Amino acid sequence: MLRGLGLSLLVAMAVTGAAHAVQPDEVLADPALEARARAISHNLRCPVCQGESIDDSSAPISRDLRLVVRERIMEGDTDAEVVDFIVARYGEFVLFNPKAEGANLILWLAGPGLLLMGLAGAFVYIRRRADPVAAVELTEGEKARLKDLI
Amino acid sequence: MIVEFGHFALVLALGVALIQSVLPLWGAYRRNAAVMAVAEPAALIQFALVAFSFVALTYAFVASDFSLKLVVDNSHTLKPMLYKVSGVWGNHEGSLLLWTLILALFGACAAVFGGNLPPTLKARVIGVQGLIGVAFLLFMLLTSNPFLRLAVPPLDGHDLNPLLQDPGLAFHPPFLYLGYVGLSMSFSFAVAALLEGRVDAAWGRWVRPWTLAAWIFLTIGIALGSWWAYYELGWGGFWFWDPVENASFMPWLLAGALLHSAIVVEKRESLKAWTILLAIMAFGFSLIGTFIVRSGVITSVHAFANDPERGVFILMILGVFMGGALTLFAFRAGTMEAKGVFSMVSRESALVINNLLLAVACFVIFIGTIWPLAAELFFDRKLSVGEPFFNAAFTPFIVALAMLMPIGAMMPWKRADVGRTLRPLWPVLALSLACGALVFAIQTGRSAMGPIGVVLGLWVVLGSVTDLWARTGRGAVSGRLARLTRLPRADWGKAVSHAGLGITVFAVAAMLSWKIEDIRVVQVGETFPLGQYEVTLKSVDRVEGPNYLSTMAQMELRSGGSLVAVLTPEKRFYPVAGMPTTEAGIDSGLFRDVYLVIGDAQDNGGWAVRSYVEPFAMWLWGGAIIMALGGMLSLSDRRYRVAAGASKRLDAVPAE
Repeated sequence: MLRGLGLSLLVAMAVTGAAHAVQPDEVLADPALEARARAISHNLRCPVCQGESIDDSSAPISRDLRLVVRERIMEGDTDAEVVDFIVARYGEFVLFNPKAEGANLILWLAGPGLLLMGLAGAFVYIRRRADPVAAVELTEGEKARLKDLI
Repeated sequence: MIVEFGHFALVLALGVALIQSVLPLWGAYRRNAAVMAVAEPAALIQFALVAFSFVALTYAFVASDFSLKLVVDNSHTLKPMLYKVSGVWGNHEGSLLLWTLILALFGACAAVFGGNLPPTLKARVIGVQGLIGVAFLLFMLLTSNPFLRLAVPPLDGHDLNPLLQDPGLAFHPPFLYLGYVGLSMSFSFAVAALLEGRVDAAWGRWVRPWTLAAWIFLTIGIALGSWWAYYELGWGGFWFWDPVENASFMPWLLAGALLHSAIVVEKRESLKAWTILLAIMAFGFSLIGTFIVRSGVITSVHAFANDPERGVFILMILGVFMGGALTLFAFRAGTMEAKGVFSMVSRESALVINNLLLAVACFVIFIGTIWPLAAELFFDRKLSVGEPFFNAAFTPFIVALAMLMPIGAMMPWKRADVGRTLRPLWPVLALSLACGALVFAIQTGRSAMGPIGVVLGLWVVLGSVTDLWARTGRGAVSGRLARLTRLPRADWGKAVSHAGLGITVFAVAAMLSWKIEDIRVVQVGETFPLGQYEVTLKSVDRVEGPNYLSTMAQMELRSGGSLVAVLTPEKRFYPVAGMPTTEAGIDSGLFRDVYLVIGDAQDNGGWAVRSYVEPFAMWLWGGAIIMALGGMLSLSDRRYRVAAGASKRLDAVPAE
């Protein structure tokens, strides 16, 4: 049964047999420029996929975006200009690295903030645990026993 | 018929779980031994019923019973037997049944191996475990029943997602769930202790083996998942900071913190309230993970079922258990007086810092994972949070952890002296830095990440060795070697686990910084260079698998003219599911993997080929396995003898 299915599906395969990510024909001749393109596209999200970067994605739109990135680089844009060019058209949704501005500051500062609070809390807690009075104070029984021993 | 019995057993299990939760808790409250005694048989019967139900579903999959909707949606007669069986948990409903089975298993283990627990504590632990069982059985029966029939059964099924038809993924979920759900035991112990109003050294000793077992399973489960992503997705990457990956990573971090704080409770009777809170939160993050995977609220590559009704139900479970436990905690935390006194520089303080780093690291991942959701809800911004954020925000915590670990591990309890603790470590530090500097000099012009990884890895691994050696005391080398073999297993476990983490940290840095990538069009017969190797595309053939069609390339890997390996990367197409998958050709070695991927045929006759040299790839998962081994060593320590038996029993589960 599979064999019969096979022939017609081989045709389908050519269409859906999604090759993934960067294709050889996209690669720029200059390795330095290509490296820049890879770094940029690695941090841009494919607008129609589930959490893939355009560098990893096989969706046609990702290929288009990869080509746009390379086109902009060839035009002489800086990395930031290339990213801005794409964000202007697809929104900040495509940025895997959310800009540290506005409400996003909560995201970026939550970790360091909590760490500082935790350190302060731990410091106070340990200082209390290390209370030298509590450390050396003996119970009545121990004092009596100590007296006996001496 | 068997399927109906399975369905019926599930309903019956719900009833038994209700009894298992209500009677023992009430009995413990009234100090009524007879009522409390219901706990054990109830836990065992609930397990037996859920296990029967699971076997019934497995039977339906193996026998390809296409009158079951679940089997139609996730199986096919042509699928290999291994994947017919793993198809049972390769979907939302079946995996939920596996989850509930493991939950009941842990309850039964508490009944069987909890002989040395005080009767009220034992009844309460089993009761709380039963309560979680009630919630999940209700969830399953009301929203995700695996036993739904079809009025008109089709001739054949729709097949399992081809990406899941892989040995790595067949065993990844059971291990992950053993870890996730294992944390429910820590949770039950925490709530039971709050109900008892007493946390002491003994409690620390009882809760630790369960947490350790859960952590071991989580470690293996996450490593398997990452390994699968590496060889199956064809990108040569191993971690994508995907919400679902984060969902498993967060409980792992908290379980790691809990492991360490439970030691302080056990040895020093301090950090009690914090340990209880960690135990509650660790299971909370397991539930949050379940929510993330199954609600579809946060988009992910491997989200299961995008059904809001299910998401709401899990949120309710999360709300009830976290709300209840945290309220109880708020009332009772004040009564848990710490006993041990320790100074600012001591093993206790080092473990507090360990806990702080792990907990905040977990929080950073949490906020990064939910931020897209929060930003859309509260600020009306559609945005994404991905790898660059996590790399920047999470890595510093692991670096700090690795830097402090060897020092903290060698500090004595109560009061330590930094100078004296560091004395045996100076040579290790000097050696690590020297090796890092050497690597930096050799690799000129590349990022400093690789050398930093070398320094951290060596520092942690050699630090663990130094710690172990220091434990043998003084005297002649022969005497110390003899004593080395007699050290408690827990000491060995600690050193091995820490060393495993060092190896993994090094491998991550190595793979991220020294990877070689090559993308090109290759004609059949053509040879191209890849790092120190030459790769030849010998041929590309159409091959037929049991339930797929494959485009298989034959590629020769040579080094200096001599043949290293013949690799056969494939591009498969699964006709039933209509999905393509990539099977990379990988030559795994001790120091590097060569990773070849065949792409599309090109118009001019050649084939798109992507090739990678992945340095130290095996060390990444090797390190994780060593971490897990260390955990097992620690678990087999004499003082947990009873619990060690429990873990043996657990190991037998995936074989069922």
